[in-house]
Amino acid sequence: MVAYTAKRLIQSVFVMVAVAFLAFSLFAFVGDPVAQMTGVETSPEDRARLREELGLNDPVVVQFTRFTGDLLRGDFGYSFRTREPIGEMILSRLPATLELGTVALLISLVVGIPAGIYTALRPRGAISQSMLIGTLIGVSIPTFVIGILLIFLFGVKLGWLPTYGRGGTVEIGWWRSSLFTAQGWRSLILPAVTLGLFQLTLTMRLVRAQMMEVMRTDHIRFAIARGVPWRSIRYRHALSNTMIPVITIIGLQFGGVIAFSIVTESVFQWPGMGLLFLESIRFVDIPVMSVYLVVIAFFFVLINLAVDLLYVAIDPRLRVRESA
Amino acid sequence: MLARLMRIEGVWLFARSPAAILAAIATVTIVAGAALAPWIAPTNPYDLASFSLIDGLLPPAWENGGRPRFLLGTDDQGRDMLSAILYGARLSLSIAAMAMTVALLLGVGLGLAAGYLGGRFDAIVMRIADVQLALPAILTALLIDGISRGLLPRAVHDDLRIAVITLAIALSLWVNFARTARASTFVERNKDYVQAAIMMGQHPLRIMLRHILPNIVGPLLVIATVDLASAILLEATLSFLGVGLPADSPSLGTLIRIGMQYLLSGEWWILWIPTVFLVVLVVAINLLGDFLRDLFNPGMR
Amino acid sequence: MLSVEGLSVRFTDRFGAAMAVEDVSLSVERGEIHGLVGESGAGKSTIGAAIMGLLPAAGQVAAGRMTLGETDLRTLSPVAAHRLRGKRISMIFQDPQTSLNPLMTVEAQLIETILAHEEMTVEAARRRAIDLLEEIGIANAPARIRAYPHQFSGGMRQRVVIALALCSNPELIIADEPTTALDVAVQAQVLDLIRRLAKTRGVGFILITHDIGVIAQVSDRVTVLRDGRVMEQGPTPRVLGQPDHPYTKALMAAVPPLDRRLERFRLPRVPGEKMAQVEADKAREAEDWLMEETGSGPALDLSGITVRFRGERRGLFGPREDFTALDDVSLSVRAGTVMGLVGESGSGKSTLAKVIAALVQPAAGEMRLDGVALPPMRARRRADPSRRLVQMVFQDPYSSLNSRHRVLDVLSEPLWLYGLEPDAGRRDRLAHAMLALVGLPVAAADRYPHQFSGGQRQRIAVARALLSRPGLLLCDEPTSALDVSIQAQILNLLKDMQARFGLTTLFISHNLAVVRQMSDDIAVLKDGRLVETGRSEAFFAAPDATYSRDLLAQTPCTGQQF
Repeated sequence: MVAYTAKRLIQSVFVMVAVAFLAFSLFAFVGDPVAQMTGVETSPEDRARLREELGLNDPVVVQFTRFTGDLLRGDFGYSFRTREPIGEMILSRLPATLELGTVALLISLVVGIPAGIYTALRPRGAISQSMLIGTLIGVSIPTFVIGILLIFLFGVKLGWLPTYGRGGTVEIGWWRSSLFTAQGWRSLILPAVTLGLFQLTLTMRLVRAQMMEVMRTDHIRFAIARGVPWRSIRYRHALSNTMIPVITIIGLQFGGVIAFSIVTESVFQWPGMGLLFLESIRFVDIPVMSVYLVVIAFFFVLINLAVDLLYVAIDPRLRVRESA
Repeated sequence: MLARLMRIEGVWLFARSPAAILAAIATVTIVAGAALAPWIAPTNPYDLASFSLIDGLLPPAWENGGRPRFLLGTDDQGRDMLSAILYGARLSLSIAAMAMTVALLLGVGLGLAAGYLGGRFDAIVMRIADVQLALPAILTALLIDGISRGLLPRAVHDDLRIAVITLAIALSLWVNFARTARASTFVERNKDYVQAAIMMGQHPLRIMLRHILPNIVGPLLVIATVDLASAILLEATLSFLGVGLPADSPSLGTLIRIGMQYLLSGEWWILWIPTVFLVVLVVAINLLGDFLRDLFNPGMR
Repeated sequence: MLSVEGLSVRFTDRFGAAMAVEDVSLSVERGEIHGLVGESGAGKSTIGAAIMGLLPAAGQVAAGRMTLGETDLRTLSPVAAHRLRGKRISMIFQDPQTSLNPLMTVEAQLIETILAHEEMTVEAARRRAIDLLEEIGIANAPARIRAYPHQFSGGMRQRVVIALALCSNPELIIADEPTTALDVAVQAQVLDLIRRLAKTRGVGFILITHDIGVIAQVSDRVTVLRDGRVMEQGPTPRVLGQPDHPYTKALMAAVPPLDRRLERFRLPRVPGEKMAQVEADKAREAEDWLMEETGSGPALDLSGITVRFRGERRGLFGPREDFTALDDVSLSVRAGTVMGLVGESGSGKSTLAKVIAALVQPAAGEMRLDGVALPPMRARRRADPSRRLVQMVFQDPYSSLNSRHRVLDVLSEPLWLYGLEPDAGRRDRLAHAMLALVGLPVAAADRYPHQFSGGQRQRIAVARALLSRPGLLLCDEPTSALDVSIQAQILNLLKDMQARFGLTTLFISHNLAVVRQMSDDIAVLKDGRLVETGRSEAFFAAPDATYSRDLLAQTPCTGQQF
């Protein structure tokens, strides 16, 4: 178990170092920082001095080490476009994205898992069939179209919900939250549903496929043959075995949630990190792009590490060693 | 003849699945329409001389004020919507198909080799795949677009836009192929027919391509179908975000982005017709993918 | 107690409806073990599923009566049927590895099953569970009950499965191939346990198996099935000792005897069975081609073969727990003879074949073919002459042929790979001729492997091996995936080919009776070490090592005792 956890940890560190290197290469090789920081009137000597000061003449390894060290100390550098420190820019946008992503993920799990179980247990029922067709359409509609549809329906036609921005927010320290006001929740609903719907369809199909597979295994057939109550067969025996692979995929999905929040934030003008990233791409603001990359990968790796540990908690085969 | 055809399991299941038949018809129609766009579209939407502002914002032919010449109406520039959609679908589909092909070759090649060779090569490929997984498709695509903007002069970047988008989509999709190919190869490699081939001293390339590859096409075909759908979605999303294709050579996503401006006004057709078209295309392809998946996983039926 | 009369089960698929079971009648009394025996497709598992009320969706009971005591099993509602399962009828599955929920302790699974059927406190249920485990032969039951299934070995796990089937005190237990996944020693213990439980607890058993040895060992009555119909039924000694029906006779003739060596299996024809038309002149052509190379196969000498597999690290910096699959094994196969290699699963016998075939790298040891060094895996070049000389017939004929290649392509591959026949037309002719030699119609060449039965596929595999004109043939459990009548045919084929072409053969099997039929010499492996080697007939008359004696004693004997 220790070995398993350690192995996962090492893999995670590897992924982070690789992403950091990617971000560093972006920073160092794409777009010349000196050209970005200086104007036409700067003399070649000044440019050379600036290069030296910024350490751009050092060997790549030294530069990368410095870059990583800065990241670890929380020094993320400055934006080319706004000249603000990137750390603060990201921090001010982070709560918006995290709240949106978490609520969306919750929607997808709370609806997706029961729906998946239902359709797995009654695969031929009319409700199951229509739910399946629904999810198929769900995975086929681009997120931005879902957003447009919801805006059109609930914002424009019915006028029930706001269609852009975060609405009422409350500041708790540096964390600006929309979870504590009714207005904030009203603003959150449409973007969160937009973002969650796609994940929901994926979750449901996955749970369904896994559960149907588990229901065919020998140990379930044996449980049926010895008359274990159906309720226990379904929700104790089958469900726990279903959740093991499902949990992994849900961990991976969190990456999808974060990524698609770029689209959702763009549709709803939600002031999160995704919108910041889009702006930075449009203006080729390389430092912001590379920091965003690192932050996203960090969250992804963190979630997956948590999933791996959860795995150990659920599966005794990882927890208890064999002994005859 | 028909009776013999029906003995093939795939054909038999297909004939009994109305959804699969409908999806196949829709896909074939749209793909044919897109492929033949230059010959069947009423006008050429790239040719500025072929439309005029006078015809701008006309509704579809069946609406009040619509004209039979513009079956699906016109946009603000007076461009025929039907032609724009056919050409847009052509562009979307060719980018998606190209990206899917690149991803397929790259992913299957690496996955096959990783699964067959194992050891260090496998470890390296899978770690790269891990990193790629930490950067979801849309993020990768946006990044590559961003990088190319930084590296290339503006004029060159505009010229290479299609290539950049294709590459961006391909790079975000190859992992799927690689992981599937690797997992299936791993299973096949331990089967006795491969062991027999190794024992006989056959060339590794021959074993991979002639022995293993034909046995893993099933799952790869499913991935290819599903990924074609995601590639179309990804291209549309990128174009919608404004980092994809520009307005003068609009793909389906670009058309929808342009249509967004008319969300609140009465000209619904500019937004909703390309949207419905895109959704129908992707739904149809996904339905086919589902059918194939069920075909290769008999237990799910 | 259980009575089944005129049971028919119909399966419906896209080609229409087919009867899987037709007009089967049988009865089981308290404490009686009733064996259902038959080859694959005989419908024996379907009968079990029909009694349990657990037929797959495509199947349905078309006719017949099934009663358990006073209860009519056919008219039960789904709810009543589920309540009856476990309470009055229970079931044991084949593979103990997959029959238990891996995420629940044995205790939780036992208590849950008991409480599902009886009103009692959890504490009382736990006590009963512990008593039962003790009765069934699990040491230190109060502590072991809290373990998870993966912490038990295969045989112990099957005991847990039996405890689960027994814990609600059913009248009848249907055991579907309960010992097929187990080694002979464990099989003997589990069969003893079933015997004892039938006697002491008065539980009736339906024992479904393909293995006549198992039937001979424990069952009181037996029903012989074929294609869903009853061929013969009666007390076990009578049916196996003086079979009436030609099918039972053929079946008994195909069972390899443990007490003597047959030159050939004499298989009587069963009415209604089609014989393949063999084209003798074609077969002659292949035979002549093989005869072009004269003399017998090479002698094989192995010395000090050791194989280690890398294990998991224990803890983060702990040492790797390497697993030694073969430990200093030395043995010689005389030129042109058959060496039988026996051992239980995990004894390393397949690994040894793979070392010779260059599929596994040995950590130490030397191999020689007729005195010439045979390079191990990493050192054996693709063009090494031994690649052609050493050929193998694998255990599973369903995976040893590439299902995407036509039989003709499979067969002609060695011919061009080793440069044996430069002319493509001649290669095809030879492939066709070889099919005739192994007893298949020549038209088989144009079909794909999935269009053949297991026995036919194994014939194709033999043909492929012969087409490289081998000197040494490695047979790794070549018949263990086959039905007993097919096994006899394949053994006959291997005997013929070996004798005619003087192939040096290493014949691996877990089945001592099969090995006896084939081998001149014998070697016994246990846990990667060589226990005993010697002349086959001397070995079977009086084995030296204790382990060999146990192995021989535990192997179920069949038929002859009656």
